[in-house]
Amino acid sequence: MMASVRTVYHVAVHVFKESVRDKVLYNLVLFAGLLMAASVLIGQLTAGQDVKIIKDLGLAAISVFGLFIAIFIGIGLVSKEVEKRSIYALLAKPVQRHEFIAGKFAGLALTLAINIAVMAIVYFAVLAWYGATESEAVQRAWEAPAVDPRLLVPIVLIFLQLLVVNAIALFFSTFTSPAMAAAGSLGLWVAGHFNADLRAFDRVVDSAAAGIVGKGLYYVLPNFAAFDVKAVVVHGQSVPAGFVLFNAGYAAVYIAVLLIGAAIIFARRDFK
Amino acid sequence: MIRTEALTKDFRTGFWRAKPRRALDALTLSVAPGEIFGLLGPNGAGKTTTLKLLLQLIFPTSGRAELLGRPAGDPAARQRLGYLPEHPYFYDYLTAEELLDYFGRLFGIDAAERRRRAAHLLDEVGIGAERRLPLRKYSKGMLQRVGLAQAMLNDPALLILDEPMSGLDPVGRRDVRALIARLHREGRTILFSSHILSDAETLCSRVAILARGRLAASGAMRELLSENVRGWDVIVRGLPGVMHDTLAARGIGVAVQPDGAAHLTLGPSVRPEPVIAETTAAGAVLVSASPRLESLEDVFVRYIGSSDATLGTGGAA
Repeated sequence: MMASVRTVYHVAVHVFKESVRDKVLYNLVLFAGLLMAASVLIGQLTAGQDVKIIKDLGLAAISVFGLFIAIFIGIGLVSKEVEKRSIYALLAKPVQRHEFIAGKFAGLALTLAINIAVMAIVYFAVLAWYGATESEAVQRAWEAPAVDPRLLVPIVLIFLQLLVVNAIALFFSTFTSPAMAAAGSLGLWVAGHFNADLRAFDRVVDSAAAGIVGKGLYYVLPNFAAFDVKAVVVHGQSVPAGFVLFNAGYAAVYIAVLLIGAAIIFARRDFK
Repeated sequence: MIRTEALTKDFRTGFWRAKPRRALDALTLSVAPGEIFGLLGPNGAGKTTTLKLLLQLIFPTSGRAELLGRPAGDPAARQRLGYLPEHPYFYDYLTAEELLDYFGRLFGIDAAERRRRAAHLLDEVGIGAERRLPLRKYSKGMLQRVGLAQAMLNDPALLILDEPMSGLDPVGRRDVRALIARLHREGRTILFSSHILSDAETLCSRVAILARGRLAASGAMRELLSENVRGWDVIVRGLPGVMHDTLAARGIGVAVQPDGAAHLTLGPSVRPEPVIAETTAAGAVLVSASPRLESLEDVFVRYIGSSDATLGTGGAA
């Protein structure tokens, strides 16, 4: 058991090292630059609403930058090793295939965690700077202070969503090409945001079969819309802890199913 | 050390109505501890398929494979195994030192020992200061050397090397041959595939010859190579021109070499002594006389058929 955990850890650290060497962390500089430029620009264009826009924009940017990392690294995690044949020497070591899959997931999760943590620090720093430059009168009109600890909740939920995307990309990566894996992952990301519409699909279609298919898809597809609490928090409202825990549980189950599926597919795969 | 029983592998080819193509057909062989065993055959004969089955990089359609007394793919067996893939490729962004460090961690080797082994092995395979450069900057031959170093990292009892001389220049090939011979002297078992017969002839105690996925022949080198003399090569200097026709008329091949010496090719039924006596009496000086023995290449062609043998007898693969 301990040996297995150690192997997963070493594979994960290797994935993180690869992402650092591939200059993935450069996106953080881009993120910081864009957010600061946007906040200066918004500050000059709007009045009163600007802090909400910056909060919203920052959260959306964290989500989009994280999504790019989760998908574009995730789809290559396994397929690149197979394509470049580096997997031959690796799997001849005492590494079991499911450990390899778990390590790849954990490595990208670590990369995402560090990226999101740094983006969150930049986000709060920009908000603090913005708050410091506004007069007290303007600040009193805001629904919530510029630096609001409740903003951590949507950031945590974005991270959970991205872990699900990471697992989806990794799952596709075990049996298909990077292009197909990217298409599948992006497709599920988009579908996951409109998933709630499928719940009531049987009420808007005449065909009972189509209604059942819609309902089935609702349960199978990831429900990313449920993770989106940006609007609530930006307007100064709190998100109940139970809601966050429920979503964390949902993400954990979804990830576990995908990783088990990926491990099963990968366990019987031939490397020709 | 290695045992396969009726090991068979079919690959599916084609997308729609995929048809199975048999890459390996009921291969049964065994490699004893301490042997250097050569798996020979033309391109596409099933050598790499066999090695991948042993490592469980691919799964057999039927049959069994055992390594170090355990079923193929058992992690405990892999702990004592070294593997060099064909045309090895590693992570572009790591240096050779970092690669060995990563693999060393997977074997559970402690940090000080990892550093010591990496330095020693990279010295041994001739990777100098380049060991601190990213592997993307390495030539094919250098990657092959790094591949050998990583295969020896865990001090393995069994080494499986897929075309170990591939991509190496003549000096590199000589170094690798010497390295394999030394590893064998240290008591390790080595199974390697090659289509370069001279390498196998120099190194192997036993070989198996594969053709179209089937075992065409196997056995000890001395059993496979007939000790019968297939003729003689006599080289003389200063052979009078008149003798060329005389010898040729008796079925002896005469070829004048660039240095002016005459190379006489005698068939198996002609003894060299009378020919040497006759030519030296005519004023020629004997340079050398040597028997022609069957080479592994002759054996190979005998089993495979010359038309099927896409062979290299010397140069890099």
